[in-house]
Amino acid sequence: MRQTALVEEHRALGARLIDFAGWEMPVQYTGILDEHRAVRQRVGVFDLSHMGEIWISGPGAPAGLAAALVSDPPRLSVGRAHYSMICAADGGIIDDLIVYRLAEERFLLVPNAANREPVADALRDRLAGFEAAIDDASLRTSLVAVQGPRAAELLAGLTDVDLGGLRYYAIAEGHACDQPALVARTGYTGEDGFELIVEWTAALPVWRRLMAAGEGLGIVACGLGARDTLRLEAGMPLYGNELDLATNPFEAGLGWVVKLDKPADFVGRQALQRIASEGPRRMLAGLAISGRGIARHGHAVHLPGSDEQIGSVTSGAPSPTLGTPIAMAYLPPDQARPGNMVEVAIRAARVEAEVVPLPFYKRA
Amino acid sequence: MQVPDDLRYTDDHEWLRLEGDEGVVGITAYAAGELGDVVFVELPAPGTAFEAAQSFGVIESVKTASDLYSPLAGEVTEVNHELADRPELVNDDPYGEGWMIRLRLADPAATDGLKDAQAYRQLIEAG
Repeated sequence: MRQTALVEEHRALGARLIDFAGWEMPVQYTGILDEHRAVRQRVGVFDLSHMGEIWISGPGAPAGLAAALVSDPPRLSVGRAHYSMICAADGGIIDDLIVYRLAEERFLLVPNAANREPVADALRDRLAGFEAAIDDASLRTSLVAVQGPRAAELLAGLTDVDLGGLRYYAIAEGHACDQPALVARTGYTGEDGFELIVEWTAALPVWRRLMAAGEGLGIVACGLGARDTLRLEAGMPLYGNELDLATNPFEAGLGWVVKLDKPADFVGRQALQRIASEGPRRMLAGLAISGRGIARHGHAVHLPGSDEQIGSVTSGAPSPTLGTPIAMAYLPPDQARPGNMVEVAIRAARVEAEVVPLPFYKRA
Repeated sequence: MQVPDDLRYTDDHEWLRLEGDEGVVGITAYAAGELGDVVFVELPAPGTAFEAAQSFGVIESVKTASDLYSPLAGEVTEVNHELADRPELVNDDPYGEGWMIRLRLADPAATDGLKDAQAYRQLIEAG
């Protein structure tokens, strides 16, 4: 198993470590509920060094990325970022990722840890005809996220980047915690927050400085467990749960990411064009579970009182913020409308659930 | 890790306290710690009978669901209804207020076949 530069720090903090995508990662420290609430109410810090960091640079980088991804990176301003996907020719999702533009001809892609190699392979293949260099820096780059309503207040004292001028989905080069860093206002929690992209070994001084400086604000180290419940409340998809090669962006509710009007041809265009005009055959829906029990990935969804399965749950958890279980599930489009009632098969029981709009939680 | 000397244990991390011909059952502090925040405990109705090692219920944490196994054969005489509203008692007080069911044991002497505290400590230390 691979380890991040912080693995001993996690152990010292009493983390429970698990194998996540081949990485030994903290799933929780004190407890998922505590960590979740800390991010909703104060500030939490996450080691996300397992995530990939792939640099694309050169005169052909903008056009090459436009051909490789479903979004339109040439339209990004320098210093801005957007959410994107890389799809197969049939429109299936190879990965979802964030694209940051650091300069006219320099982009940073942050794919999921589990998909780093397939993404890098696809990029090498798709950018072959473009004057662009691909540098997979994942194993020499650390990523530490600071998330929560007090994240800006904490980080303001620790960086030379003007956070007031750093908008949501923006990135700036500077220092954080005395280390050279890219400071991005992005995250996966539904709160304001930042992601600090630093050299591999800089993760430890950055982490310790954040923890020390954040003590008065009630900072908490957060694991992948809280990350999962936070992103679920925020209605954000997780690759492997909501997204995979058998899923297209439109059924995942992410059709807005696909720029069918961009000038460049791109891998998946034809298939995605067809799906866009025909409409998806299933839709990702939010479920509020009204009975007892927690819907989990793979549980079947039925019409009330019927044995016929109409869909299945992709993610589910007790929502720490709402106090009730929530889930996401793929359903036929005509069953995916808010207010519709369905049943989830949770072990031997049938539990009532209502389709609700996503996200479950939106910050004030 | 707390492993009280007066209890008996299973390989599945349940504990049993012998009280006459009855046994009180719960899960160990180690198991509760591994599960993380417990959010839901599904328990059987009193009167239900279980064989040894048969599943008597389900415990759900934020992250995962796990079966609960009866340490010995017996009939449920009482369940801890408090857990319906306060499942966190399993984390906070696994050997006390976090108890789950009380069984009338088919064979109280079979308790000797369960692990004692020392053997259970070895089990969890071996990981």
